[in-house]
Formats: sequence, structure tokens, C-alpha cells
Amino acid sequence: MDGQQRIPILKVGRVLIVPIQVDMDDQTVIHLQERILSELERTGARGVLIDISLLEMVDSFIGRVLSDIAAMARIMDARTVVVGMQPAVAITLVELGLELRGVDTVLNVDEGIRLLRSEFGIDEDEEDADFAGGAGAFAEQVNRP
Amino acid sequence: MQSRSIALESEHDIAVARGEVRSLAAGLGFRIIDQTRLATVCSELARNVVKYAKRGRMIAQPLDAAQGRPGLRLIFEDTGPGIPDIGAAMRDGFSTGRGLGKGLPGSKRLVDVFEIESKVGVGTRVTVVRWL
Repeated sequence: MDGQQRIPILKVGRVLIVPIQVDMDDQTVIHLQERILSELERTGARGVLIDISLLEMVDSFIGRVLSDIAAMARIMDARTVVVGMQPAVAITLVELGLELRGVDTVLNVDEGIRLLRSEFGIDEDEEDADFAGGAGAFAEQVNRP
Repeated sequence: MQSRSIALESEHDIAVARGEVRSLAAGLGFRIIDQTRLATVCSELARNVVKYAKRGRMIAQPLDAAQGRPGLRLIFEDTGPGIPDIGAAMRDGFSTGRGLGKGLPGSKRLVDVFEIESKVGVGTRVTVVRWL
């Protein structure tokens, strides 16, 4: 089963939704990180919403990868929220001494979408217009001395 | 319940081991939070075995009331390089690998008993117990 677990990445408007519904081995976690970044590049999405409500454990490895995904997505001008952490997982993370640095966490998918839209200004209704604007902004930036 | 021994030889075995620990813990009557603590400790310690020693094993021993106190003991042993400075390895933030240095000290906080024996060039054995 090594590396064969496939976590779906769904694009809804300008947000990538990543529902993690199984315990992932390390290879799957690393593949997921790579796939999220390449999907960000391919689709021009501005937000990543990772749903871990069915994840029964977050250890220091998965915690570090979640932080890395958020940091890398940020560099690609996208914001990341992690939603639905189980209480037992949250308690264990704190006892373990993990901070999930740079990762915004909210209770559920609704809150996650709301955060991405309001706080980070990602509006899925303006997808096409935004995408053109984004490309224009990029061109502008490139031309800046 | 019988003891279980699980080989730790690849990253995938880490996931197998923690799944086994969770179901053992559930079967013993541990509540969800303790199942999560045990599965997480297992993941941290099994990863150390695979990362530093390449291979080793985990022994999971259910402890019943007849032997004293009910609980679950997990033993992780390998014949890897060993830990030269256990004191340093137990400090938060210390890591010789690419980790965050939370593995050993963090794991200790998740269990009731945490023992570590290690000899350079011989191997390492970490024993943890969580009481029911």
C-alpha cells in the first residue's frame, strides 16, 4: 500500500479543499504536500482548506508537514486553514509540544471558507476576473524595477 | 489479551503499528483521548526506530488487573547506532535529524511510564506504559 493512498484535492472556486479521511503513512503525507503545491500552481487557487476531521492522530511529522504546506502555500500567495481537528488530537498536540506554526485552525469547513473569504479576501465568485487580475498583477510585479 | 510484536522496517510500518496500538487500546477500554495519546506516542517512537536504526520492532503488551494494574505497555527496540547523550535527546528542541526535537520529550508527556535504555553501537530500547 506504500504511497498508494490517494487523498482527493477538490477545487471549489479559488479554494483547494483537501479532505483527509484516512490515516496517512509518511509517503502519502509527502505526496500530498507536493500535489497541493502543484495544484496551487496549476489552478491559481488562493486558498487551501485541509479538513482533518476524520484524522485520528497528528504526530510531529504530520504537524511539521502541515506547517510546511502553509509556509510554502504562503510563498505562492495562498492561505491555508486546517479545519475540524478532533478534541483528542488537539489535546495530544499541545501535550506533545507542537504549535502548528503558521497554520490557521478553525472548527469546521464553513468557518474555514468564511475565514479564507473574509480575512484573506478570497472570493470564489470572482474566479475568472480575479484570475486575469492575478496574472496582470504578476506581470506588473515582474516589470517593476 | 496476548502480546503483539510488529516489525518496524519501513515508513509504512509506522502507520501499521499505530493502527494496531489504537485498536488494542480501544479493546482494552481506553477512552478516545488515551487511544490518541498511545497512537501518537507509538508513531513518534516507531519513527525513531525506522529513521535512526532502519529496523527494529514494537512489542505491545496489554496489562491486566491480575498482574497489578490494567494498562498498555509498548516496547520499541532496535539494534541501531544507539543514543550517545540521552539527557540531550530528552530535551525539548534537541534533534540530530530533521525533526522538531519533540519526539522523545513529547512522547514522555503522553504516557505514565517512560524508560529509555541505549548503548552506542548496540541499540536502543524505549518502554512506555499508559495505565487504564
